[in-house]
Amino acid sequence: MRILLLLTLAVLPALLAAQSSGGLDPAVLLKPLADNWATYSGDYTGKRFSSLTQINRNTVKNVTLSWVARLNGTAGSPQSIVGGVGSGEYTNVTVKGFVLYFDETLYVTSADHVWALDARDGRLLWHYFWRTRGGTHTGNRGVAMWHNYLFFETPDDYLVSLDARTGKERWHVEIADFDQQYFSTMAPVVVGDHLLVGTGNDLDASGFLQSYDPESGKLQWKFYTVPMNPGDPGLETWPSLDAARHGGGQVWIPGSYDPETKLYIFGTGNPTPGYTGVGRKGDNLFTCSVVALHVDTGKMAWYFQTSVHDTHDWDSTQTPVLIDGIINGRQRKLVSTAERNGYFYTLDRVTGEHIVTAKYGSTSNWAKSVRPNGVVEPDPLKEAIIPGSLVSPVESGVTNWPPPAYSPETGLFYVPEHNGFNMLYLTDPDPRGSMGLGGKSVSGVGSAGDFLTAIDYKTGRVVWRKPISGGGVGAGLLATAGGLLFGGDGSGNLMALDSRDGKPLWHTRIGNASNAPETYLLDGRQQLLIAVGDTLYAFTLY
Amino acid sequence: MRSKMNFIGLGVLFLASVAVQRGAQRGGTAVLPVPGAPTAQAGQRGGAARGGGQGAPTQGFPAQQRPPGDAGLISRGNTLYGIHCRSCHGADLRGGEQGGPNLLRSEVTMNDQSGELIQPVIRDGRRNSGMPSMPPLDLSMDDIRAIAEYIHSVLATARGQGSPPPGPPVALNVLVGDAAAGRAYFEAKCASCHSATGDLKGIGSRFANPAQLQNTWVAGGAGGRGGVTSPVTATVTLPTGQKVDGRVIRSDDFIITLGMPDGTSRSFRRDGDVPKVEIHNPREGHLKLLPGYTDKDIHDVTAYLVTVK
Repeated sequence: MRILLLLTLAVLPALLAAQSSGGLDPAVLLKPLADNWATYSGDYTGKRFSSLTQINRNTVKNVTLSWVARLNGTAGSPQSIVGGVGSGEYTNVTVKGFVLYFDETLYVTSADHVWALDARDGRLLWHYFWRTRGGTHTGNRGVAMWHNYLFFETPDDYLVSLDARTGKERWHVEIADFDQQYFSTMAPVVVGDHLLVGTGNDLDASGFLQSYDPESGKLQWKFYTVPMNPGDPGLETWPSLDAARHGGGQVWIPGSYDPETKLYIFGTGNPTPGYTGVGRKGDNLFTCSVVALHVDTGKMAWYFQTSVHDTHDWDSTQTPVLIDGIINGRQRKLVSTAERNGYFYTLDRVTGEHIVTAKYGSTSNWAKSVRPNGVVEPDPLKEAIIPGSLVSPVESGVTNWPPPAYSPETGLFYVPEHNGFNMLYLTDPDPRGSMGLGGKSVSGVGSAGDFLTAIDYKTGRVVWRKPISGGGVGAGLLATAGGLLFGGDGSGNLMALDSRDGKPLWHTRIGNASNAPETYLLDGRQQLLIAVGDTLYAFTLY
Repeated sequence: MRSKMNFIGLGVLFLASVAVQRGAQRGGTAVLPVPGAPTAQAGQRGGAARGGGQGAPTQGFPAQQRPPGDAGLISRGNTLYGIHCRSCHGADLRGGEQGGPNLLRSEVTMNDQSGELIQPVIRDGRRNSGMPSMPPLDLSMDDIRAIAEYIHSVLATARGQGSPPPGPPVALNVLVGDAAAGRAYFEAKCASCHSATGDLKGIGSRFANPAQLQNTWVAGGAGGRGGVTSPVTATVTLPTGQKVDGRVIRSDDFIITLGMPDGTSRSFRRDGDVPKVEIHNPREGHLKLLPGYTDKDIHDVTAYLVTVK
């Protein structure tokens, strides 16, 4: 009996370990981006810089289509598995997030859907459909993977875990209050044994980032981006606790991670009410900020506010890019971000110390001055006013959430630049302010052009701007050690550009990209993957 | 946190017709639309297109789906709300001068089904540090259910993610500018291309409201015959020296397609600067002016233009 017990005790850890071994070891995510694309930005740096070189300035002209896979129509196939808590029906799908590539398999999402495809030919392996209870369906930004498990968020605020091998559901947990109008789109991020989960809301609710145990789905910590209790840091930047608790700062785009300091660095969304700041006078911390958290505890290490008291819905939910570079002769650990409001910032990512503030949105006209600490002071005259103010950029910003890229070979930070103008009217002059994104009306009155813009991260200086047709780069960028920059224009072309000067070297007209390009290695060959609506296109060199 | 690139920029080289078409594809309604000008904010309301372009349908707003309540109960709740709640929480439930919080964004009211969460608050009152306190109220459960039903009926009028229930219409005066200063500005800066007795004759009565007039002229959409802006055209000069003129159907780094007067179209492959392509955008002059306007200039010119009969 005792021997049996001892045997059991001896075998038990091995049995438990078996549960969470195999598949994607989180340590793989610490490696520079090359063979896999196994987390939102490919690796933790947010650079979207692949070290693959088969497809390069010389060979890119020989890139050819490998396969095409259409996702509409796969619903209800024999491989389909149905979950969910509501009665939602199938709708047309669009891929607007990253596709996870690992171990010869692609994991693709749309709101309420996950597909596993054979990476060799795009053949469907399994499909999971979540029957929704409703809510705001804007999209889904992709899955996270931890060993053999996948994780994705649903618009009706569940975190769902699937077995990556079969698509069978392991568990689902509620991550936000559906009745308060939260909706969830973010690609979760695995860091070690943490699963980082954000959510969204436009209706005057508090923002937060949560960490879950990827094995059990149990909550590890929850970090609020706005003060929730008396004495919380940042409360002095709000007129009242009630205003702060409804102050927004949603976390809906993944951040980056520095394994040396164990800091997870991400951007927070706009304060609410969005356009009528009269009821939330003050800086409104920690909305529209770059925030660094200790990943094991969820405690804040530092923050830097990139839009003070925002009144234009210019979320700071852009991907922060971790760069190791030399500033004034000193090697520094940096983080750079090109924000929706048209400003570019470089900070010390260990301390949050400000290094660079520079305007890259050519016509951005909302700023009054720059404070000594690098924070940009907004001009209250460029808020929504009754007779209308002429504001650049428009609501969707100079750039938006689709990811930028950075190449350590050129030292350039690449970002889409949109220079639209709006007439912005205040329609609700109530001294309490409006709610959500209400209380204003806007009318687009033209644009000073759309560009792909290359920025020197050390100074914020724009090194070059390439005009992009059809409304500009829509869905994000990819840089490679092959000297290339990949992105789609607004005229339906997927393009490969020379990363030194933006010169087009290759293009194919497949329709407007709906997600950012990715690259990985399969059977020893570099692959290029892009989504256009419900269709995936894989390219390679033979 | 409205995210998507709703704005289809009218770049210097870009095409109004394409912008309008793409805006329409995104399935939204433009706010204060400008004839012949970009429907730049198309797709705003639905929040449909948060990435990449194609929208997904917006399902079910508000998230809390509930059948419409009983009209009599709502009416009684409205009366009871007026008596017991309004002075603190406001006539529109968005909070009052005495510091009562906004009930349209309250965790309690939004999660309540039929008074079960609201009832304890009314019965026991509230005393939160950092918040105004609320005294207990002696109301029956029936009355509380009626008030809850009324609150839910107001919550249900929210128009979409991030859009509050519409309040009563407010009369707003967009015309704050100085018409005389606007006239002086017009004569100095606009009169080389436009005339109040020529192309802009009667512009003051051409629009439903001054904001529409203002949006239209700032966008450069008010000039020309009857306010119709002429299309973007281009001249393509082939290596042979032959010139081809036409209306721009498509223009990117690799192809330019022109519409010919006879209804056919011609495409040309582009390789860098070959062939030479000159784009003529009738709105280009206006687009170049955008970064230079002050809001006072804009308001003054609008105040002047509404007087142009």
